[in-house]
Amino acid sequence: MIAVNKENFEQEVLQADGVVMVDWWGPKCEHCMELMPSVEELAGKYQGRLKFCSVDTSGNRRLAISQKVLGLPAILFYKDGQKIGELAGQEIQPEDIEATIKQYAK
Amino acid sequence: MADVYDLLILGGGPGGLAAGIYGARAKLKTGIIEKGKPGGQAATTEELENYPGFGPGTTGSGLTKAMADHAAQFGADFIKDTVAALDLTGSPKKVKGKKGEYLAKAVIFALGAEPRMLGVPGEGKLRGKGVSYCATCDADLFTELDVIVVGSGDAAIEEAEYLTRFAENVTIIVIHEEGKVDANKVSAERAFQDPRLNWKWNSIVKSINGDELVESVTLKNIKTGTEEEFSTNGVFIFIGTQPKTELLQGIVELSPQGYVLTNKKMETNLEGVFAAGDCCDKYLRQVVTATADGAIAAFAAEKYIRETELWEKEVLTPQHPVLVAFYNPTDMAGTEKVGIIDKFMQGKDNLSLVKVDATRNELVKKRYRLDTGKLPVVYLFQQGEVKASLEDINMKKIQELVK
Ligand SMILES: Cc1cc2nc3c(=O)[nH]c(=O)nc-3n(C[C@H](O)[C@H](O)[C@H](O)COP(=O)(O)OP(=O)(O)OC[C@H]3O[C@@H](n4cnc5c(N)ncnc54)[C@H](O)[C@@H]3O)c2cc1C
Repeated sequence: MIAVNKENFEQEVLQADGVVMVDWWGPKCEHCMELMPSVEELAGKYQGRLKFCSVDTSGNRRLAISQKVLGLPAILFYKDGQKIGELAGQEIQPEDIEATIKQYAK
Repeated sequence: MADVYDLLILGGGPGGLAAGIYGARAKLKTGIIEKGKPGGQAATTEELENYPGFGPGTTGSGLTKAMADHAAQFGADFIKDTVAALDLTGSPKKVKGKKGEYLAKAVIFALGAEPRMLGVPGEGKLRGKGVSYCATCDADLFTELDVIVVGSGDAAIEEAEYLTRFAENVTIIVIHEEGKVDANKVSAERAFQDPRLNWKWNSIVKSINGDELVESVTLKNIKTGTEEEFSTNGVFIFIGTQPKTELLQGIVELSPQGYVLTNKKMETNLEGVFAAGDCCDKYLRQVVTATADGAIAAFAAEKYIRETELWEKEVLTPQHPVLVAFYNPTDMAGTEKVGIIDKFMQGKDNLSLVKVDATRNELVKKRYRLDTGKLPVVYLFQQGEVKASLEDINMKKIQELVK
């Protein structure tokens, strides 16, 4: 997982080749913290088939809003600089994330 | 077949966690099924200052984490799964999760409650795009932005105050007349003094507007009928909760609003099925009452489990016939009559006698619909079934009963 911030988001996510998954989280978001180990595990499992990034929204609020993220957790998928998929809300479960990853993994 | 738990607790909020502490400490094989992180709704509030012994400075996530650790310390198993279906009438009771099936002698239902939705246009579409039901989760993101809070109960007022630490403007939308809120007096007075809070009285939200993010809400003044478009970036909704009891529909008795009906022992109308916390029909839904419910439910469940086990072993499983004498220990004449059976038993080896204080054993009272006004009474059990009974006890009748 690459920790991305406002400085390198453009390069790491929008300019990247292939599909990029971005996990938007915050230290106060219990559900985000709960999901994190599973997200990291998935990043290991699907390594090389998708790029995995995460953004700590607590220091990157404007970046989050620019990407229309105003609620956590949010897991967004990008390709060629475009948002192509999104999971959001308190109900997200690791299985949902894996199902979406499978859809985009090469 | 999967292991059978003594006690399975559904939901790891404060109610379930307290039940787990009591169950595990009573040496019951106890499992807590929780879909997410233990802690429930209480973990989603930053400030939680009314749990006895834990005053200002306590956080909801900290307090509930301590409860979860406490339950684990006494040996409760945490099972990470989502409860999907229940089959609670037989024995053992079956709980189907998304990942597996679990069996238990007794079940405590503690799935709590979830935020009630406003039910207005735009709410679903803009969830996570400015519409939120959890201030702690999302407040950061609204730094320097404008938000509204819908509702005026304890949660609404307290979360609104929390939001003022982040948001530029916090406006509370209240359906009531100016000065009237549903929150407790202390919170309300503190909020009225807070210059960072703005108020819109007599108002309801008619719709939440925005394309990709929330841009505004349409408010209606219910007194004058006028509508206005009010711009805001965030809509935090705290208009109460609804119980998560869909899984119990048709299985146990629920109130018209969907809350589980229990007695003082937190028993539902179904044997071996208990409930605790916010999902119950009760007067006050707080952490302290949820944990109290959990303790009572676990205590009652333990008693139920022990009684059932003993009953199984001594009455239902023996191959030989069993006489069961139900008596009331405060009734002297009746107790003496039980002595006649003792005498009768002398020298009988293919028969056993079990004496039950019917005033204390809830299980048999319910199962066999005993009339405690007509004690003592003797039942003859064979291969687990009642074959005959006798109310007016004398030696001759007992001899006939067993023949
Ligand atoms: C914003 C807010 C602020 C509050 N502030 C306070 C306060 O200051 N003081 C106070 O005393 N109380 C407060 N409360 C109330 C308090 O949080 C609740 O009364 C308490 O959490 C109820 O506990 P519970 O165990 O009954 O249910 P819940 O806390 O709702 O827990 C239920 C648990 O079950 C789990 N679950 C649900 N469905 C399933 C399923 N199908 N499978 C598996 N698991 C499932 C959930 O994930 C959850 O963890 C507040 C509530 C809110 C929302």
